[in-house]
Amino acid sequence: MSSEPVLQVKNINKAFGGVQALKDVSFDVHEGEILGIIGPNGSGKTTLINCITGFIKMDSGKVTFRGRDISSKAPHKIAAMGVTRTFQIMRPYYTLPAYKNLIIPLFSPRARKAGGWRGGGKLGDRDTVCIDILEEIGFERDSFVPYKLASTLPTGYLKRLELARCLALRPEIILCDEVFSGLSMSEIASMVPLIERLQMDGITLIMIEHRLRELFRVSKRVMVLNFGEKLSEGIPEEVMADEEVKRAYLGSEEVEESV
Amino acid sequence: MDILIYGIINSISLALIAIGFALVYGISRLANFAHGALYVVNGFIVWSILNILHINYLLSIILSLIIIGLIGAAIYQFILIRVRGMAISEIIASYAIGLAMLEGFRWGGFKGMTYTLPVFIRGSIEIAGIPVDFQRILLVLIGGLVVLLLWLFTHYNRIGLALRGMAQDERAAMMLGIDSDKMALIAMGLGSILAGLAAVVILPMGNIVVEAGYDKLIMAIAVCIVGGLGSWVGAVIAAFLIGFAQIITVKYIASHFHMVIALLAIIITLVLRPSGLFGRQKELEERV
Amino acid sequence: MIEERRKERLDRGIKVTTEGIYAISSWQEMGYLLLPRLVLICGILVLPLVIPSLYWQRVISIVCIYSLLALGFDFLAHFVGLVSLGGAFFIGTGGYIAAILNTSFGLPPILTIPIATIAGGAICTLLLYPCLPLRGVYFAIVTLMYPLVMARIIEALDVLGGTDGIIGVASFPNRWIEQYGLLLIVMVSLFGLRRLVNEDIGLVFRGVKDNDQAVKASALSINFYKSIAVFIASSLGCLAGAYLAHIYMWSGISQFALDFSIIPIAATVIGGGGTLVGPVLGCFILVPISELLRAFGTLRIVFYSLILVAFIVFRSEGIMVYAQRKYHQFERWVKV
Repeated sequence: MSSEPVLQVKNINKAFGGVQALKDVSFDVHEGEILGIIGPNGSGKTTLINCITGFIKMDSGKVTFRGRDISSKAPHKIAAMGVTRTFQIMRPYYTLPAYKNLIIPLFSPRARKAGGWRGGGKLGDRDTVCIDILEEIGFERDSFVPYKLASTLPTGYLKRLELARCLALRPEIILCDEVFSGLSMSEIASMVPLIERLQMDGITLIMIEHRLRELFRVSKRVMVLNFGEKLSEGIPEEVMADEEVKRAYLGSEEVEESV
Repeated sequence: MDILIYGIINSISLALIAIGFALVYGISRLANFAHGALYVVNGFIVWSILNILHINYLLSIILSLIIIGLIGAAIYQFILIRVRGMAISEIIASYAIGLAMLEGFRWGGFKGMTYTLPVFIRGSIEIAGIPVDFQRILLVLIGGLVVLLLWLFTHYNRIGLALRGMAQDERAAMMLGIDSDKMALIAMGLGSILAGLAAVVILPMGNIVVEAGYDKLIMAIAVCIVGGLGSWVGAVIAAFLIGFAQIITVKYIASHFHMVIALLAIIITLVLRPSGLFGRQKELEERV
Repeated sequence: MIEERRKERLDRGIKVTTEGIYAISSWQEMGYLLLPRLVLICGILVLPLVIPSLYWQRVISIVCIYSLLALGFDFLAHFVGLVSLGGAFFIGTGGYIAAILNTSFGLPPILTIPIATIAGGAICTLLLYPCLPLRGVYFAIVTLMYPLVMARIIEALDVLGGTDGIIGVASFPNRWIEQYGLLLIVMVSLFGLRRLVNEDIGLVFRGVKDNDQAVKASALSINFYKSIAVFIASSLGCLAGAYLAHIYMWSGISQFALDFSIIPIAATVIGGGGTLVGPVLGCFILVPISELLRAFGTLRIVFYSLILVAFIVFRSEGIMVYAQRKYHQFERWVKV
């Protein structure tokens, strides 16, 4: 882990009106790792992802991806560089069948440059690529699931579809916004190996999670946010032993009194 | 000096026209594109009552306001309620209703320069060397009164408070036992009455013409958008901005630009800051 | 007690088997797919021949003008999610460009119309570009204002012929060229757009409508694709406007009139939005009716506003969606 970090975040600040959502948050992400970001509700985790991927303009701060400054770029440009994200509230194209959802990211310049479809010029080649990606992310290839309308898919598949959309872009980093939340235990159990496989394929992941046990199975380094501030960072066991983190999660008398 | 006086008069009349539109939108998120039509229709109603039934002027005004309120409420209850929540359908439906009313009146023979309302008090007064007739002074007074009453109503009256609750969060208001359809109905009725009141106050200074229905609608939209849709405090302030801008252009450039100002104000506001000066739906609507 | 029932809708067997590539397997199935299209194409082609009076032939041209606008409106509203109430803006821009090219530079219609289409589309897109991030009602209001502003500016500055407009625009050599040219354009646009919305770029447009955030996350610039869509729609409108200028041999402020914004919308609502055929059908119904009622003066506006309200409130799906459903599915009442 001594190499140059893939993604460097320096002193991000973001305020919504009078509420300081992020306060001087800085961290590094290294090639091929899975960084977990945890914190109580409202601690600014999703805002952090929004800032990094350009969906929200940050007030100040700097984000560098492989040495290039991406802090004031438009979201589609950031995505085109390979920094992709999923949404906590799933955002599929509801009126399209699941596999056609992937045609849109595949249409992007980045995906086209990477090749993989329209290459052979065979009829239906593009659809095959879509199904391939879906299969990779856990859709059953020979079932009817990939052909169902996205609006009829259950949560588990929608979460996978979010990941599939990122995969179609051949990303270098995926920022996952709570991919485990809302899933049953068995669905999570099948998600975990997927995440591990993505890591083995060389994709760097940043995962926002509330399901700590599952997160700690895949992530070897976590960062804790509370009220927009970074509390601590390190290997999971150490972080969870930290007094401040415990206080943030479990609450303490002083905090409760002041609220 | 004349800019100041005429600017104030023009601004207050704009505010009067726009406040009904702002009220309806603010409370029920319903862009009532029949607003201008209601304005003109009320002018014709007063005229008809005066010239056919021959009752006292004040009485016929009150009567006409009741009628126009009922018309507005009926439009909501029988038509708009069915497309509630589909913003574009609401706009198209209410615009079509307004169109039907206006063109219906035009077909019915209400056109030309023959339809005028008498002024309330004749005569004029000189303020700082500029003659101002009493009707215009009355307009300023009534405009101020309406804003004040509306403020009192929404801050101290049960229904007013319920309306304000709905304006802030419709679902939360429904959970507290506020009937959202009923409130929207009241808002629509109230908005129509305000349109009617504006007509009664402003129309005696000119003729009642069908075209005014379209112009006043555009004015109302311009004021509300510049002020921020849904915020009627914003609407009042925007009315002053646009009102003075109009008077200044008319004086120094050309009277043709009267309307262009309002239209450009809409476009510029929407392009630069879609939520308007005092709008609150920024995160909701902008999301660039 | 009343027995509770609900309507059940089932696809016809032939619809199921003709989905996709299997349609070529039998004459029956090909007929099932081709019949509606053939009826439409033949009907449109025969129309100028069977209509005798010059007056009604002119009405057909007007219908086509409105159809192009309605196509553009439907495409923008139901496939890109931009509700543009500014049809008149497109018509006016196209009309004025064609008129200027024709009267000042002496270009014939065969050149002015294509130039007006492309250049007009580009100008409209450029002017509308700042409004593209707006959504829903706001975009609708802004686009409604554009034609009004243009008309008032031309009026106030007294440029481009002021309130008189530009007169003396060349007309078409004969009515067959005028009508068949226009009918062909309508059909090409109709089938072209239908193809487009199912292509990859069409899926992107629909993605923009469904969910613009996800499109951004897919490394596609929504403003870029919105402006392409606006370019397509406004080109159609400008084409219609240029054609109109040559038909009437005149171009003026009234081309920015609200009629050009309202009738296409009414036609789309009546014909069925989101089908692309519906708006054309709607124009073929609405415009002749409105011509028939011309004798009643402004009552016809009352009349079609009321139709519009009735459709939007009670039958918001429109004729075409209803007809398609009847064609593809059968319905029956079943007990709940």
